[in-house]
Amino acid sequence: MTVGLLAVFPENPSVDMARTLDLSGYSWKGVGGADALRRLSPATGWAGAIVGCDEDPESGWAICRALRRLEQPVQRILVLVTGAQIGDLEVRDDMFDDFCLSPFHPRELEARLRHLFFHELKAVDSAVIEHAGLRLNLETYQATFDNHPLDLTYMEYELLKCLVREPGRVFSRETLLAEVWGYEYFGGARTVDVHVRRLRAKLGEEHAHLIETVRSVGYRFGSSKWSG
Amino acid sequence: MLEQQRDYVLRTVEERGIRLVRLWFTDVLGNLKSFAISPAELENALSDGMSFDGSSIDGYGRVQESDVLALPDPNTFEVLPWVDSKSAEARVFCDIAQLDGSPFEGDPRQVLKRNLKAAQSRGFAFYIAPDIEYFYFAPGSTGAAPVPLDQGGFFDLTTTDITSSLRKETIRTLETMSIPVEYSFHEDSPSQHEIDLRHTDALTMADSVMTFRFVVKEIAAMRNVHATFMPKPMEGVQGSGMHLHLSLFKGDTNAFHSSEDPYNLSPVAKSFIAGILRHAAEITAVTNQTVNSYKRLVPGYEAPVHVSWARNNRSGLIRVPVPKRGSELATRIELRSPDPACNPYLAFSVILAAGLRGVDEGYELPLEADANLFEMGDAALAKLGVDQLPQSLNDALRVMESSPLVAEALGEHIFEWFLRNKRAEWRRYKTHVSQFELDSYLRSL
Repeated sequence: MTVGLLAVFPENPSVDMARTLDLSGYSWKGVGGADALRRLSPATGWAGAIVGCDEDPESGWAICRALRRLEQPVQRILVLVTGAQIGDLEVRDDMFDDFCLSPFHPRELEARLRHLFFHELKAVDSAVIEHAGLRLNLETYQATFDNHPLDLTYMEYELLKCLVREPGRVFSRETLLAEVWGYEYFGGARTVDVHVRRLRAKLGEEHAHLIETVRSVGYRFGSSKWSG
Repeated sequence: MLEQQRDYVLRTVEERGIRLVRLWFTDVLGNLKSFAISPAELENALSDGMSFDGSSIDGYGRVQESDVLALPDPNTFEVLPWVDSKSAEARVFCDIAQLDGSPFEGDPRQVLKRNLKAAQSRGFAFYIAPDIEYFYFAPGSTGAAPVPLDQGGFFDLTTTDITSSLRKETIRTLETMSIPVEYSFHEDSPSQHEIDLRHTDALTMADSVMTFRFVVKEIAAMRNVHATFMPKPMEGVQGSGMHLHLSLFKGDTNAFHSSEDPYNLSPVAKSFIAGILRHAAEITAVTNQTVNSYKRLVPGYEAPVHVSWARNNRSGLIRVPVPKRGSELATRIELRSPDPACNPYLAFSVILAAGLRGVDEGYELPLEADANLFEMGDAALAKLGVDQLPQSLNDALRVMESSPLVAEALGEHIFEWFLRNKRAEWRRYKTHVSQFELDSYLRSL
């Protein structure tokens, strides 16, 4: 995934918000106000922002305004509003790019963010993906770990590619099945488990943990601060 | 997707400097067959197949026309990990087809695919996890008595033991070839080992069993050790079996599981078990295909002798293991008769056909036989309605011969060739005068 750092307001977002962002693999930082926004901004600027206007609308909209006025104006802003605040949106169309009703459903927020960052997520800078010692060359189909070749079958390679492209994101078995095997595949999501076990065996005992099982959700490549 | 898979294979051959690609397939008796092609021929092989003369392959020959096509299955392409990287080699499993592209009826892999398709049309995917036993012996000439390499017992920690390091290296090699191992240990008998493979779909597992037998023998041979899957290599000690843990899945649901049943068995599981039990004698010639196989199926060595099932009884044909609590994906049945000398494609085919027949026709599950059957007399067993498995290859062939179920599962070509070949094997055995006879009769009669 090539989405950069996201600014999140309020500084300490709800547990649901933190969990949704972590499970989806976004990197983010909580910001308490416009000052912090400038102080904490990464050198390349914020990649986007999620602003809660549901609890403290005044500060929330102030953040949105500040985001648009930064030296590197933030182009992708998602605001959270309650059903009663929908009217507020009408006069502020320029201050956000998408919104989500609060309280939000994690799947909805995830889908909206995915859509908002669609281009960044799909764009791959180069033909090489590298993460935690693993290197996939998409042009030559070759995988190496710590510079040693990793011999994979086609399906193992495709599965690993899918996971490694978005490190930290939790993929459900169904998503992996659809993306790697296609919808018409007969074997069911159990196939995914079988191939994950094969990949782990090939990565070896020391590195098998790189493909993590997230209980009753699915799999993730690379660790996250949120342990499911 | 096929196009991408071919690209993947061709590109890998180029990038990894593969010098030789081995095309693997299996004869009717379950022997691994192989011929090698150069990378230059591979592209053509992947798109059009490689034709070869099938008449030299056991069970392939036909009268009129003997050329067949080997069609590589690109998803089984693997670099061989034990070959030096300077002369790197890879292997790929092949389906065998007629020259017009239709499946060749003598190819065991095509037979299994056909049977799996029949299961698929009922919505079922067939999963298998085998526990494979084998022996390591000192190298010796053909016909000489086997010499075990150690005297270790069940679960013995024989750290200095060469066979343990062989087993370890074998497992490492298997895992780099996409065959994950669940457990491994030293078995009951001297030099006997067991490696349990993790479940996968039946076709992949049949390929894996072929690879497994090859890897075990190859790694042993590199250390001048002889590994054997002969079912009963030594008199008086336990033989080698290949217990199969079986389950059917419907999508992501285990069709064998029901939380309402005290044994967690669904109606599908029960009639599948009933199907295997009712047709057990008919399929035994395929799951236990050598004269020697029947020397393993005797009382007292944890091998099944009777056609029965139970939850916790290792003397029965089918055991229903108690899965870990709440783990409904793990509900399965364990078929204990097959031995590792079988042809896995054909064995899986007839087992599936027997089980599915039970499901299709709603066979009723007989009563559980939880007593130790080894200790019961024939009269008591007859009272329970418990039959014996065939006692010899000859017995097994006679039952198989009149089985429409096995004929249909294997197809006429293999069914007839198998019976003919195995009857000849039995005749050779029958005319052999054994040491037992010389010892017993030469002086006294």
